[in-house]
Amino acid sequence: MSENPTPEIIEPTASAPRVRAGKISSRRIEHYVAPLEETPLQSVDKVDETATPLSMWAQAWRSLRTQPLFIISAALILLVIAVAAFPGLFTSTSPTSCSLEFARQGPSAGHPLGFTFQGCDIYARIMYGAQASVLVGLFTTIAVVVFGGILGALAGYYGGWLDAILARLADIFFALPLILGAIIIMQLPAFRENRSIWTVIITLAIFGWPQMARITRGAVIEAKSSDYVMASRSLGLSKFKTLVKHVVPNSLAPVIVVSTISLGIYIVAEATLSFLGLGLPPSIMSWGNDIASAQISVRNNPEILMWPALALSITVLSFIMLGDAVRDALDPKSRKG
Amino acid sequence: MILFTFKRFLQLIPVFFGATLLVYFLVFATPGDPIAALSGGKPMSPAVESALRAQYNLDQPFWVQYFLYLKNLVTFDLGQTFSGQPVADVIARAMPVTARLAVMALAIEAFFGIIFGVIAGLKKGKLFDSTVLVASLIVIAVPTFVLGFVLQFIVGVKLDWAKPTVGSTAPWGDLILPATVLGLVSLAYVLRLTRTSIIENKQADYVRTATAKGLSRRRVVMVHILRNSLIPVVTFLGADLGTLMGGAIVTEGIFNVPGIGNLVYQAVLKGETPTVVAVVSVLVVVFVIANLVVDLLYAWLDPRIRLV
Amino acid sequence: MRYNRTSKALVLSAALALTLTACGGGGAEEADETTGGDPSKVITANSTEPQNGLLPANTNEVGGGRVMDLLFTGLVSYDIDGKPVNELAESIETTDAKTYTIKIKTGQKFTNGEAVTAKSFVDAWNFGAAAKNAQLNSYFFESIKGYDTVSAEGATEETMEGLKVVDDTTFTVELKRAESDFPLRLGYTAFYPLPAAAFEDPKAFGEKPAGNGPYKLAEDGWKHNVQIDLVPNADYSGPRTAANGGVSFKIYSTFDAAYQDLLANNLDVLDQIPPSALQNYQDDLGDRWVNQAYAGNATMTIASYLPEFKGEAGELRRQAISMSINRQEIIDNIFFGGKQIAKDFTSPVLDGYSDALPGNEVLTFNAEKAKELWAEADKIDPWPADKTFTMTSNIDGAGNKEYIEAMANQISNTLGIKAELNPIPTFKEMRELVVSKKLTGASRAGWQADYPSLYNFLGPLYGTGAGSNDGDYSSKEFDQKLAEGLAATSVEEGNKIFNEAQQILLKDLPVIPLWYQAVQGGWSDQVTDVKFGWNGVPVYNAIVGK
Repeated sequence: MSENPTPEIIEPTASAPRVRAGKISSRRIEHYVAPLEETPLQSVDKVDETATPLSMWAQAWRSLRTQPLFIISAALILLVIAVAAFPGLFTSTSPTSCSLEFARQGPSAGHPLGFTFQGCDIYARIMYGAQASVLVGLFTTIAVVVFGGILGALAGYYGGWLDAILARLADIFFALPLILGAIIIMQLPAFRENRSIWTVIITLAIFGWPQMARITRGAVIEAKSSDYVMASRSLGLSKFKTLVKHVVPNSLAPVIVVSTISLGIYIVAEATLSFLGLGLPPSIMSWGNDIASAQISVRNNPEILMWPALALSITVLSFIMLGDAVRDALDPKSRKG
Repeated sequence: MILFTFKRFLQLIPVFFGATLLVYFLVFATPGDPIAALSGGKPMSPAVESALRAQYNLDQPFWVQYFLYLKNLVTFDLGQTFSGQPVADVIARAMPVTARLAVMALAIEAFFGIIFGVIAGLKKGKLFDSTVLVASLIVIAVPTFVLGFVLQFIVGVKLDWAKPTVGSTAPWGDLILPATVLGLVSLAYVLRLTRTSIIENKQADYVRTATAKGLSRRRVVMVHILRNSLIPVVTFLGADLGTLMGGAIVTEGIFNVPGIGNLVYQAVLKGETPTVVAVVSVLVVVFVIANLVVDLLYAWLDPRIRLV
Repeated sequence: MRYNRTSKALVLSAALALTLTACGGGGAEEADETTGGDPSKVITANSTEPQNGLLPANTNEVGGGRVMDLLFTGLVSYDIDGKPVNELAESIETTDAKTYTIKIKTGQKFTNGEAVTAKSFVDAWNFGAAAKNAQLNSYFFESIKGYDTVSAEGATEETMEGLKVVDDTTFTVELKRAESDFPLRLGYTAFYPLPAAAFEDPKAFGEKPAGNGPYKLAEDGWKHNVQIDLVPNADYSGPRTAANGGVSFKIYSTFDAAYQDLLANNLDVLDQIPPSALQNYQDDLGDRWVNQAYAGNATMTIASYLPEFKGEAGELRRQAISMSINRQEIIDNIFFGGKQIAKDFTSPVLDGYSDALPGNEVLTFNAEKAKELWAEADKIDPWPADKTFTMTSNIDGAGNKEYIEAMANQISNTLGIKAELNPIPTFKEMRELVVSKKLTGASRAGWQADYPSLYNFLGPLYGTGAGSNDGDYSSKEFDQKLAEGLAATSVEEGNKIFNEAQQILLKDLPVIPLWYQAVQGGWSDQVTDVKFGWNGVPVYNAIVGK
């Protein structure tokens, strides 16, 4: 809420169409009217003509960089990315030298988090597993947002046959079992011999885009009927430019929410695929894989599951916080100062 | 609106054929030989093998197989499973169970997701908001097969509040726990979507108008803010219904629910084309209808949106 | 019966999947209080959906097999130790192990009222073997003279000339060649008799079979994918009479779910403890569990057509790999006791088993020796740098991932080469790799006995061109021994020769034996007298309610 104490003029808007005769408040509201000479007009409403005009994004960035939420989440994400890029800097233990001798043992010197069911060092595996997990989560999310977002925005904005085709296509994709698709994709000549995280990313993206398309489409349909869209169109901005400049930025909130959660969901989904033999080869470590493998230890050694799940949680948390901060910054109504 | 609905149903026809063709092809293209798997790795005499291949048209090229399938489809014959059961019967048994499970999960995620989301949104940054954030993190980071397993053990075995698995007739009561587990991940989405939407809308002009008019806070929240915040939530829920129906594989496994998630999973593994095609076709219809409902809801939630 | 079937573990996410039939060692004290039981209690037990209609010659997996074994009875059945006991057979006689004269008991009936006669057997066997009926178990009749004619593609002949009805209670079987263990096989599902109704409409019969066993299908008893209800058959009078009011098989898609039901007394008998509970099931269940060896084993096949495992270097490599696997460590840490390390290619519950075959030290962990052998092999034909030794396994019916990963770690720690699991998503893909000879590295295998005989663990698996010889092993010397063993006049004599044949296998190592399977099962506090048979299946008819 704006902290501006000055009462503002409220214009009737189309978004509150049905004005009902509500209860008449019994409270007496004191109306404060500031003497005109006390409050110079410029301090409230007047456009600062000396400042260089800023785009919406620049304004968002300006408000973002001072927000503690943003600073914390960005720092956390940088840390996660650093671990993913250079795991060797964070541990000197080999994550692949495993021996049943140490299976399920607790923490000991040099092994701060203990050992897995197979007797691998949990800490080292978390450090080395970050890479695949973060890449899968990040790139799948990017692919889904770009692909699903664009299709969804076009479908929602233009409607008609384009919407019909894209929506029905999404319906078919939604109904396809993930496992069937995954088996097929693994079979493609390009992936058959050298499976990598890209195989997983492509698989998850193919099955993830319809959801994002739906969400974007819904948000765009809502936004396109707003006054500012009509205003922008009547000012002569082309249909497409209106979409890009006004509709899309105002439809971002649900997209950000869904993509930040999905980031974590994709990391876990990689585990499910790997467990079904459709994901990463065992030689590529990932948090998801370790979480899935820890399932059989849940009753007796829950900590084996807890550590990689914690790493995953922190990553997801930082992206959710970042998403929140970005959304706040993009929303002029909630921007402070 | 009637025309709009009618047009949607017309779209079902090409979608249905497109889906059957695509799925038929995909199952056809999966590696492995279903007949070799039937033998369980034991020897099979060549005569038996070729007889079985002929029985399921597996000795035919793809287009012939698909054409034969379509031909039967016209007479409402969905084909047979490898165990000789009519696919139609198998689906008729499994579908109601899964439908109940999905509807219940949807109700749970919608109800709690929206309530918690509204509270979290109104009290942004407060203790409640942070608590539900941490709770959603757990749901996201701990996979369903672990969460379901743990809840099943605690509720079904340790506390003995419910049976750990679903009984043979899958009564509603038995489905509460599985539906909760199934709806948990989506609940996190619904919650955060609602929260964000509430935060956006609580500063909207009409809210001030309503408040200024002297409407009670309750009424402002329930009628004005919530209604205007629901579009992303409704979009998500609409898309989620189908996911819950088709993607309940893990939950159905944990709680031994005899539904279609398990059915289609097994069918994919076995290469049992008619079952996979039939299930996917049914799901496509569910999706198209769910989508139609969502679009109709848009217009109801926001009268400015016109159905075209 | 192969145990690596999809059907046995219809598993969902691999995480849920568990087909370990874990093993060995001692068992819980079996409760022996037969007194005061409730004979009307209906026992609930876990199972999987039968893959096919319930016809004897078409049932080749455990889900259907355990139902068939209660609905039908054959000439013999196996007691708890795997010894054949006469059921319908009055006598099975032979002088040359080639022609058998079988006399059956009189007065037996199928549940549809038809009498069980010699013809019921002969017709059922002919039905099972004939090509036009496409029965999965047809190869079980291949020893009988005339099988080749009736089983050929497009065959019109439907009766095997080796089977002859003498009178209502007598028939003769003539085999292609002498096979002394033929009578041992006669308790297997494929050899059950069928009433005439079965041949008129096999499909309908398979849905509602009329058998002659200790139980019959209840009215509307088979609720597909959910439950199969059996009630006692009052007309049955054999050694396996029902001591309870019926058996209801609940269909489970995961053993985890079944185990939770067991803990909540929602299931009476569970024949497989899931991996997630192996560490704690004995504490959970008090004295209501069993851990006993059954006739099955686990192995790793190394296909003979792989270039890096050919010749002398290949032989050394196979031995090195075998000796670099610390089987006991895996049994202790992955299976939590249970299984027993393998000392041969068969199973310790069989007659004639020996744990002291010369040459079996190759199955004992010995890191030093393994390194030596590997280095020696490298001298002859160097192992390509960067080559990964893969162990292939389908993981849809899983529970195998954990031990294979552990083995990969042991092999790479000992031999200093890269080793890893090569997961195959589906069983059908795995079978195709086997059939089209595209296996690489080692691949998971194992055998679960169809009938209790050493030959069943050797002939079908390692005989040249045999049906389950996945690795294409071929040794003239070994084939010769097998033939000699079969022709032996007594089972004991035969076993001696089969063990000599095993010594050839120990040298060639067509597969690397890992351990013997054991059944780890449990039961609820509602039932007592739960015992598990030689094949790891609970003896359902003997279970009584408390």
